[in-house]
Amino acid sequence: MSSLLIPMLEGTLVSIKIFLFTLLFSLPLGLLVERGKRSKIWIVRKLINLYIMIMRGTPLILQLIFVYFAPYYILGTSFNRLNAVIFAYVINYAAYFAEIYRGGIQAIPKGQYEASKVLGLTKAHTFTHIIFPQVVKEILPAMGNEVITLVKDTALAQTIGVAELFRVAQTASARQFATTPLFIAGVFYFVMNAGVSKLFDIAEMKLNYYGKA
Amino acid sequence: MTEEKYMIEVKHLVKNYGENEVLKDISFNVAQGEVLSIIGPSGSGKSTLLRAINQLETIEGGEVIICGDTLYKEGLSLTPDQKRKIQLHNGLVFQDFNLFPHMSLKKNITEALIYVLKKDKAEADEIALSLLDKMGLKDRADSYPSQLSGGQKQRVSIARALALKPNVLWFDEPTSALDPELTGEILKVIKDLAKEKMTMVVVTHEMSFARDISDRVIFMDEGLIAEKGTPYEVFENPKNPRTIQFLNRFEG
Ligand SMILES: Nc1ncnc2c1ncn2[C@@H]1O[C@H](COP(=O)(O)OP(=O)(O)O)[C@@H](O)[C@H]1O
Ligand SMILES: [Mg+2]
Repeated sequence: MSSLLIPMLEGTLVSIKIFLFTLLFSLPLGLLVERGKRSKIWIVRKLINLYIMIMRGTPLILQLIFVYFAPYYILGTSFNRLNAVIFAYVINYAAYFAEIYRGGIQAIPKGQYEASKVLGLTKAHTFTHIIFPQVVKEILPAMGNEVITLVKDTALAQTIGVAELFRVAQTASARQFATTPLFIAGVFYFVMNAGVSKLFDIAEMKLNYYGKA
Repeated sequence: MTEEKYMIEVKHLVKNYGENEVLKDISFNVAQGEVLSIIGPSGSGKSTLLRAINQLETIEGGEVIICGDTLYKEGLSLTPDQKRKIQLHNGLVFQDFNLFPHMSLKKNITEALIYVLKKDKAEADEIALSLLDKMGLKDRADSYPSQLSGGQKQRVSIARALALKPNVLWFDEPTSALDPELTGEILKVIKDLAKEKMTMVVVTHEMSFARDISDRVIFMDEGLIAEKGTPYEVFENPKNPRTIQFLNRFEG
């Protein structure tokens, strides 16, 4: 049993690593993309819209394969597999997050910017202290959905041979002619997402200290 | 003697929304300690005028001088910092309060004290608490805006504006979003400020209030000042037929 569990735990660690690094980079990048979508420069807006359309309009698995193999055909070298996965996920999720941020920012009444301006607060301070905290509360449910999807999407990393949880389970399953490892993997994903859900519930509760003014 | 010192000087102000000329050649002054009321039918440009002078709308022509600093004049261009400095002469109270919902009442008031006027936290807190006290809300310092009545919210927003010690306080229909039974508490606050010689410009539909507290009244109609004068001149002895017609709607 431990001969099965230890590789699976190691695979889980890889999955968690993909998950955390993706969030670490895509959450801020999404904010930048959202800002770019509202850029005064026409070409920037168009390019960002195209990028978002590609990210949302094509399968993640294809993007993953492309990110891993394209540099090989073009430059003759390729990323380390894990980095390729993280890179592909970051640019994919940033596009989705940008759309979520956009919805949240649009939900903030114009009066919040006007009150800030009249009080002499700078644009930067207004965004970081007045607008963004309210956006976070606004988008938490949508973010929760997206982050739960990310936990499950880490399984796609096996496509380019990263030994994450799902691949370890599949290999074990093939070796043993049994579905038990796959079932255990399912339980692992379920537990991870239960944890993610719980964290989002706690965050929502913490942000419930205030209501709409 | 030299000329009277004006807090606000507006000369031939023009503002368009595209083809729509919303303010056409508006000129008026506000002297120190004066209370000026602006009345007029809805759509006549009252809010736009306040918003333009408080930098929430662009200005297309004329000249605006706020406490000696020129905010707008043809050919003049100011940096964001200069504009922010000029705005600090003004305080603006909105019809729908625009309090920050995620901040306690105290924090609503201290935010600009700390980050704009660079006061330390202890001093900012002290200012906030004394203003909340003045507004009868001292025990609510740690409450959030959503827990207050409309009248209480408006009192906090007045406190927030006063905290920065503006030279001129502007009100855009401060009681219009309130239930009728709550307007009195806000009108009383404004009256008390008038007694303290706060310079104020108040857009209002409360005619008896305007008559009561104002030193001067402006009647606006279709982007123009149709009549201006003392409350007696405008309310008891209006010259312009449009003013008469407008005031008749508020009679009996
Ligand atoms: N953001 C805007 N865009 C276009 N037109 C506007 C805008 N805001 C106000 N207006 C127009 O400007 C005119 C004056 O409006 P406003 O200043 O709100 O009047 P008041 O406050 O006296 O009721 C109205 O005709 C209104 O339709
Ligand atoms: Mg108005």
